[in-house]
Amino acid sequence: MTLVTRSDFSTIAGWVAPSARVLDLGCGDGSLLAYLRESRGASGYGIEIDDAGVLASIGNGINVIQSNLESGLAGFDDQSFDSVILSQTLQAMRHIEELVAEMLRVGREAIVSFPNFGHWSHRLQVLNGRMPVSKSLPYEWYNTPNVHLCTVADFDAFCARRSFHVLERVVLRDGRRVSMLPNFLGSLAIYRFRRS
Amino acid sequence: MSKAPRSVGIVEAQRAVFDEPLALSSGATLPQFELMYETYGRLNADRSNAILVCHALNASHHVAGVYAGRPDSEGWWDNMIGPGKPVDTERFFVIGVNNIGSCFGSTGPMSVNPATGQPWGSDFPIVTVEDWVDGQARLADRLGIERFAAVMGGSLGGMQALAWATRYPDRIANALAIAAAPNLSAQNIAFNEVARAAIMTDPDFHEGHFYAQGVKPVRGLRVARMIGHITYISDEQMGEKFGRQLREGIKYSFDPEFEIESYLRYQGEKFSEYFDANTYLRITKALDYFDPARATGGDLAKALAPAKARFLVISFTTDWRFSPARAREIVKALVDNRRDVSYAEIAAPFGHDAFLLDTPQYHAIVRSYLERAVA
Repeated sequence: MTLVTRSDFSTIAGWVAPSARVLDLGCGDGSLLAYLRESRGASGYGIEIDDAGVLASIGNGINVIQSNLESGLAGFDDQSFDSVILSQTLQAMRHIEELVAEMLRVGREAIVSFPNFGHWSHRLQVLNGRMPVSKSLPYEWYNTPNVHLCTVADFDAFCARRSFHVLERVVLRDGRRVSMLPNFLGSLAIYRFRRS
Repeated sequence: MSKAPRSVGIVEAQRAVFDEPLALSSGATLPQFELMYETYGRLNADRSNAILVCHALNASHHVAGVYAGRPDSEGWWDNMIGPGKPVDTERFFVIGVNNIGSCFGSTGPMSVNPATGQPWGSDFPIVTVEDWVDGQARLADRLGIERFAAVMGGSLGGMQALAWATRYPDRIANALAIAAAPNLSAQNIAFNEVARAAIMTDPDFHEGHFYAQGVKPVRGLRVARMIGHITYISDEQMGEKFGRQLREGIKYSFDPEFEIESYLRYQGEKFSEYFDANTYLRITKALDYFDPARATGGDLAKALAPAKARFLVISFTTDWRFSPARAREIVKALVDNRRDVSYAEIAAPFGHDAFLLDTPQYHAIVRSYLERAVA
């Protein structure tokens, strides 16, 4: 089984303490957990609803628990993980507020990454009267799993309104850090935050 | 690529005799006992590739393959175990064992009580899952297996895998608990009690000493099996398979008219021919008693704390007898202990019986887990 490395992996790994206990929500084939195990000696579990993802995770030697994130994290005790990660899954979730609350209940910190809807190419397509299709949003409006797209500015406001303490925020384009006009030039945003 | 899966072929049962007494949970002691077992595949040089398969209520040590001259005698988990199958006997040395108290050759109620020279009958002690596991550990000693690569089972067999993990934490690398629960619910115990009542009120039961009378409480056994069967399949599956179909139309009689009636009668009939009533009583009791958290004030996490194995827990969506919710209790207790555990919830319409069937995702998960975990 070949593992794919997504562009947010190294940033996330940099935010995970050595030997940390992590919970990866929507872990897919377990690539991120395998990466964190290799690079940080991290351990923990992935949660995945899809049969193919569960099978692939098991094949990759990852602890995976088949479960629907939309029904919460009832199987996990309060503050039982160092980091709870939601990598490029946020935009496909229905109950975002509840899920983020659950992440901060079971974990000391939350790490969330999502495609930035504010990227200039998305704005341009909307201006031209079309739903955006791009490398980071590769779906057509009629077949997209994404139900809650947001921009960097939106997520900043989301955290501010809930008084979440954003410890770090990195915005990437083609895997490289964007420091100027991140909400305009960045395609992928990664946040690390906790309750204040 | 692995070769196409095939049968382990012709197999032979073996018998192991143990002369050291076995202390039982009830306080009773078995002065000596015998276990029937079968093995498939080859034990490797460092004896690290053994997998123990634990059976559920009505099965035996005959897990895979067929007996010579009896092509219809396929083992009960033949779809799972064999060369190229999910439990690949080209890699693993697989052991099927018949538990104490059963009626397929291991010491049980039909065996002769050395103290009386008569069959034990209802004097045979009540045994528990833990007693079975202790007996299996003796067999492992006998076969020179210090540590199992895996102990696996479905239903009551999954409970044995759990008991292995906590009772002999250093002797098991992986535990596969399939369609299992951390204990039976009241509803489950109730079904077992109805089955036992059917057997014990059969006039041919004779307080369990029916062997000497030359009779068998077959009517009770039939009803017990009919009850069991209803709970092993899902309402959905039963509806799909039988619906309200009639065999020959309404006749205003008590003969079996609906297909489901005739199916249940057939299953009951078949079962009563080969199964022993005293065994049925004991195995259902072992199910009822199993509750590792009883010793820890109901705290399952605490009960599973001694376990060191990696776990694979599998449940089936339509299994209402050992539901996914019960399997998730096991998973939570293991997560609380920071144990390595994976959990798969298989979408299958077959109810509890799904653990015996070959739903592709289910078999792929077991195959993949064993390939990876026992590399």
